[in-house]
Amino acid sequence: MSAAPKAAIALLVLMALVPPLAAAIGDPFLTVIATRMAVFAIAALSLDLILGYGALVSFGHAAYLGLGAYAVAVCARHGITDLVVQMAAGAGAAAVFAAVSGAISLRTRGIYFIMITLAFGQMAYFFFVSLSAYGGDDGTSLAARSTLLGRDWLENDTAFFYVVLACLALAYGGLHRLVHARFGRVLIGTRESELRMRAIGYRPFRYRLAAYVISGMICAVAGVLLANQTEYVSPAYMAWTRSGELIVMLLLGGIGTLAGAMAGALVTVGLEELLAGWSEHWRLGFGLILLAVVLWSPAGLAGLVRRLLPGDRA
Amino acid sequence: MRMANLFLLQLLNGAQFGILLFLVAAGLTLVFGIMDFINLAHGVLYMLGAYLMAMFALATGSFWLGLLLALGATLAVGLVLEWAVFRRLYDRPHLDQVLATFALLLILSEGVKILWGSAPLNVAMPELLSGSVPLAGPLRYPVYRIAIIAAGLATALGLWWLITRTRAGMLLRAGASNRPMVAALGVDISRLFMLVFALGAMLAGFAGALVSPVLSVDPGMGDQILILTFVVIVIGGVGSVKGAFAGALLVGIVDTVGRIFGPIWLKLVMDPAAAAQAGRVLAPMLIYLLMAAVLSWRPNGLFGRPS
Repeated sequence: MSAAPKAAIALLVLMALVPPLAAAIGDPFLTVIATRMAVFAIAALSLDLILGYGALVSFGHAAYLGLGAYAVAVCARHGITDLVVQMAAGAGAAAVFAAVSGAISLRTRGIYFIMITLAFGQMAYFFFVSLSAYGGDDGTSLAARSTLLGRDWLENDTAFFYVVLACLALAYGGLHRLVHARFGRVLIGTRESELRMRAIGYRPFRYRLAAYVISGMICAVAGVLLANQTEYVSPAYMAWTRSGELIVMLLLGGIGTLAGAMAGALVTVGLEELLAGWSEHWRLGFGLILLAVVLWSPAGLAGLVRRLLPGDRA
Repeated sequence: MRMANLFLLQLLNGAQFGILLFLVAAGLTLVFGIMDFINLAHGVLYMLGAYLMAMFALATGSFWLGLLLALGATLAVGLVLEWAVFRRLYDRPHLDQVLATFALLLILSEGVKILWGSAPLNVAMPELLSGSVPLAGPLRYPVYRIAIIAAGLATALGLWWLITRTRAGMLLRAGASNRPMVAALGVDISRLFMLVFALGAMLAGFAGALVSPVLSVDPGMGDQILILTFVVIVIGGVGSVKGAFAGALLVGIVDTVGRIFGPIWLKLVMDPAAAAQAGRVLAPMLIYLLMAAVLSWRPNGLFGRPS
């Protein structure tokens, strides 16, 4: 139990060392990749809450990434450039969408749930594709990054990275407390046996819906940061393959462990950058690796590490 | 009168689209219903059918020979995929199935891009089915689209006969309702699965091959149809071929008619500019709203069994 927070803290500290390292070896692109990793780590953490702890396989989670990103574009268009306000707007929009779509999706189980969340994700995708005021299919570029306390600090890549890392640490800390609190215990209980939870007087639906909404809100914050990192907003952020990638991150890191979700995001983004550097057909290699992991190491990289190093974790 | 003609035309287009959706959905819903298996790579088989059709039609110079070869090839691909990957996943949780088939989707669609490039391909329409026939008054309709509807209906009829009137169909239905019992009675269930899977793959490939002269063949076509197929299956009820048929026609018609008539009907209640904008935004979302409505009314779809 105590190994997980240690691993997560080690991961965060290691990431904090990236900008000085990048400066030392003179490769500023390293910080940009690390920023991307941290953004997707937040998204993966949020998905882990419902998928890992609630066993709700959502295949439309990228929609919340997109809602956050569009919150930046919409706010900026109306002259609101403050990062915190934009995050609140994105999280608010995500909460409404998650509450409505979740209330319908959570009436179903298993394969139905997977397909319905996928369909709601596509619905959001097509909404933004046809929204010509914001570039439709092509998306729209942002004039500048968001401001913080009225200053343009985020224009500096290193400063922006530390802001993202702080958000990641907050998300991890908050979720860690949440899953170890009564709420998390009930959620895990519904994952293990819905019938027993009902028998001792809980209503699983309420807990699941609450988790679904919280998860969407956190993912929207990641979307706000993603839009700022690329300074560009497009429906491609909410493509269904992106939702698939988020699940892949959890699988690679080990589902249902918060530290694993973060590690999985780091590995996935790193792997994508590495393979994309070799060939434009990098998805082929990525698919082959993913297939091999699913067929032969279902517990992900964490499971592989655990098997190779017996006795390392109790 | 012109409005009525336009409506009839769109209704036919919608039915044709729905029939194609049914061909893809039939295989997927059987695999869902009988094996409780979710296959994200099913759309790739549709795309593969179109690409193989383009390749064989060009190589042989004949539409019909190309179609035959494409059908055989997608059947073979289905068998190989089942043998190499899918049979290892039947007893795994849904999440593993989703991820493994997602991986297959990445591999196959990237493989298609490597083999045939990203530029769209075209398939020549057969001489016999080109041209159009008079429909009502000045209205004409392309023969090829009528042929698609006819071929789809014939396939649906054949499937119905296979499932309700043959021994294989009986085993299939039995397998769907109680798998261990059928196995205990001495039926080779894994061979049955393999056949169902290959049949589904061939149907998806058939749909892809059929549509290739009408649409351009491009690497993104599999993704689009996959999501629509999911909507069809959810509306119709997982595992029900009848439901897939009803759902497919419903989705095909609502989507096609909604895109054309949505803005026209909206103009009756708001000013033209706003109606055009709202119509453009709402039309692609229409089938998802339809799905949400059906599900809040019947969580297991129109013809689904209560779980």
